[in-house]
Amino acid sequence: MARIGVFTCWCGENIARNVDVDKVAEEVAKLPHVRCSLAYKYMCSDPGQAIVRDKIREEKLHGVVVASCSPHMHLKTFRKAAELEGLNPYLVEMANIREHCSWVHHNREQATAKAIDLIRMSVAKVMRNRALQPIRVPVTKRALVIGGGVAGIQAALDIADAGHQVVLVEREPSIGGKMAGLSETFPTLDCSQCILTPRMVDVGQHPNIIMHTYSEVEAVEGYVGNFKVTVRKKARYVDVDKCTGCGACWNVCVSKKNLSEFDFGMGKRTAIYVPFPQAVPARPVIDKSACLRLTKGKCGVCEKKCAAGAINFEDEDRLITEEVGAVVVATGYKLYDIGKDQANAKLEGYGEYGYGKYKDVIDSLQFERIVSASGPTGGEIKRPSDGKEPKSVVFISCVGSRDNAKGLSYCSKICCMYNAKHTMLYKHKVHDGQAHVFYMDIRSGGKNYDEFVRRAIEQDGAHYHRGRVSKITEENGKLIVRGVDTLAGVPVTIEADMVVLASAMRPADGVEQLAQKLNVGYDEFGFLSESHPKLRPIETNAAGVFVCGACQAPKDIPESVAQASAAAGKVQVMFSHQEMTREPEIASINEQTCAACFACVRTCPYTAIEKAEIRDRNGKRIKRTARVNPGLCMGCGTCVAVCPSKSADLEGFTEQQIYAMVESLV
Amino acid sequence: MEIGYYPGCALHGSSNDYERSVRACLGALDTGLKEVDDWICCGATAAHSLNQKLAVALPARNLALAERDGLDELLAPCPMCSMELLKAGHLLGKDKGLREEISGIVELKVEGRTRVLNLIQVFQMVGLEKIKEKMTRPLEGFKPACYYGCLLTRPPEVLRFDDCEQPESMETLLKAVGAEPVEWNYKTECCGAGMTMCNEDTVLDLSHKILANAEAHGANCLVVACPMCHVNLDMKQADIERKYQMRHDMVVYYLSDLIGLALGLDEAALGVDRHYVVKR
Repeated sequence: MARIGVFTCWCGENIARNVDVDKVAEEVAKLPHVRCSLAYKYMCSDPGQAIVRDKIREEKLHGVVVASCSPHMHLKTFRKAAELEGLNPYLVEMANIREHCSWVHHNREQATAKAIDLIRMSVAKVMRNRALQPIRVPVTKRALVIGGGVAGIQAALDIADAGHQVVLVEREPSIGGKMAGLSETFPTLDCSQCILTPRMVDVGQHPNIIMHTYSEVEAVEGYVGNFKVTVRKKARYVDVDKCTGCGACWNVCVSKKNLSEFDFGMGKRTAIYVPFPQAVPARPVIDKSACLRLTKGKCGVCEKKCAAGAINFEDEDRLITEEVGAVVVATGYKLYDIGKDQANAKLEGYGEYGYGKYKDVIDSLQFERIVSASGPTGGEIKRPSDGKEPKSVVFISCVGSRDNAKGLSYCSKICCMYNAKHTMLYKHKVHDGQAHVFYMDIRSGGKNYDEFVRRAIEQDGAHYHRGRVSKITEENGKLIVRGVDTLAGVPVTIEADMVVLASAMRPADGVEQLAQKLNVGYDEFGFLSESHPKLRPIETNAAGVFVCGACQAPKDIPESVAQASAAAGKVQVMFSHQEMTREPEIASINEQTCAACFACVRTCPYTAIEKAEIRDRNGKRIKRTARVNPGLCMGCGTCVAVCPSKSADLEGFTEQQIYAMVESLV
Repeated sequence: MEIGYYPGCALHGSSNDYERSVRACLGALDTGLKEVDDWICCGATAAHSLNQKLAVALPARNLALAERDGLDELLAPCPMCSMELLKAGHLLGKDKGLREEISGIVELKVEGRTRVLNLIQVFQMVGLEKIKEKMTRPLEGFKPACYYGCLLTRPPEVLRFDDCEQPESMETLLKAVGAEPVEWNYKTECCGAGMTMCNEDTVLDLSHKILANAEAHGANCLVVACPMCHVNLDMKQADIERKYQMRHDMVVYYLSDLIGLALGLDEAALGVDRHYVVKR
């Protein structure tokens, strides 16, 4: 006869209001195998836990059922309490009579009956629980950081400073990301490059950081603590080790009219180039679509001028493998395409703003480059069409953001702040100029943020109009911006010299494919999904993979940096142990009965099941079978559902247990 | 080729010059029009401002008639009509319950699968090749400002026609027949539409801006594909002149007028001689 203890919680009024807790305890005591049944006001409190522990000891219990809240809330609490009394923690079960019962029912009598049913099922289950031991897996104390923007830089530096090796993979020729191209940052107006570039240099020189720039993650294998990552190092046509970064090559390059990606098309670059002077590594790369030697077989003047002999036109993509224990994803964002042509069929563009049609209608990142001291105009505000100083500039918020008609329902969060910043930077450079902002709402929550916006309005005289712009047209070299001021209730027409559109933030290109390689979820917009929006904002549902920065949601610099440090902290927690322990409630395959159909291999969402062979002592194959990798399995149970021969089962949720629960009910 | 034809109230009334133009021009392109027998009002603004069910039922009855007569394509030269017909078709297509209810109301089975076309789409169906082949008199010296107004492209999720803010389809057609359409800014602005009855000042203001912008961008004529726009922009020029002391003298053509002229038809055959502002 099993000896099961049942402990029913009032949860203050939460359960007791709609469930007759005393009656539940009384009825449950009559169930076979139930040795003791008690109720208490707060079972999770210290005295409550003491009751559980005392009974385990006194009654020599084989299993425990706590009838209270969701197991997400307190299963760990009670398992820990049981463990202190020497009871294997996996012999503790919870019956959820709060979320599944008292909170959703109003008829006290029926709710009480249901609570009893739920407990009866849990008793049937716990009787068939087995003592389990946590799974231990070794940890490779090396981290991969994907993305070298400010978030990736911060995460890499923190992990490296803690004494662990970091592999930093960046798609562009230099690290630095979007922040390297910004002019000045809110709410302090300190120069973006001045605060970022020292960090970039730190990364470049850090003995614990291995940088792969102009590289992308090709494939990811393995599991938490033991990832094997294939990185594609794209052909750079420049030997980074030989090159001294002297600049002889890009000074002589004849292909000069290529739009600079770093300047968002506002400036030009040569075919062999470093994206910006402070690039890390300060080594050039050849754009193979623009290089005359690579496209037409002519020229090659850079090769002749290179004293170091670093140019290699025969260069090819290379694949390298890195072994790491944890992954931090920091792939950042891009801006929504404003024009009418959209690569993504789910999105619509803004024909009415004439972006792409009128040269002086630009997006906010383009404005950042125009106003930046390192930008194509040397920091002088000149409009793209004729290079004249604009005397009237209109900034439009929420272009794409919060616009269901265009397919993006979310707020991009940072635009209100940088719009205010742009009006200030503009006014500081063009004293007789007038900035206008059209906005839906001003969202400036954050330390010193609202004060900053007030400064833009009150000290620097930006005109804020609450309303949308319906159309932008061009007449005689002026942009005619027609909108509405909904506070004044009047249509507004402004003759502007330049218009800046605060385009929505979207996750960077390719993030969905990367997420699939890492088994990380993403939402309908492509932002990566955190494990829990409040309590696990850094973790993903793939063990050992963490997120930080704008790849998870729109974020500003301080938030990205904070989240990056948090991700680095999580990685260090992992690396502080020689081994990792994982929950043992995972799937297993009965290799004797497995028919090797591999339906489970195909359906496993975590690629945790592999094809294996059983061989005799002479090495002769006896049979093929599926086998679960305990490091990868997340215990979802999909394999159990698809297995036609019933060879797959889930520890802690065995089919026997589930059937016993159903039987106890009917 | 023969396609269904839904004239709506305007083309059988105040804008019968438009009907004459459409019939003559399409006839010259071997495209016959089979008028929907026993058609009724599309509901226009009146219906959808008052009663949503009526706003579906009125156009639905016309769609049902077209379905009964086996007309897969239906030309509605008035954009208000084509929008109302499309909107009804759109709603009926996605809602089985509504289809059954409306079929009961209009006493005819309606599926909402008729392809409703505006005039531009019919010319696109005929094809640039065929139009060029039949062209006898390229439109040399014509610098039209193509005016789409509010309804030809809107609401975009119902019409799914051209770019709703920066349309180009009329320009493409007119370039093919030798005209030089101008770039201008009031392609999709409102002319004042039905306000012409109750608030003429608004119409005069809006139409004056449209005409002035076309002129400022070098247009020597205006092209429309809407009877209402034609009324406001053509007939009201005298009133605009009185109010703003500015004489526009801008000839306003229907799209079918200009293509018809290129096909060698004379102005009288197209009804151009019946416009208020005529070329002198």
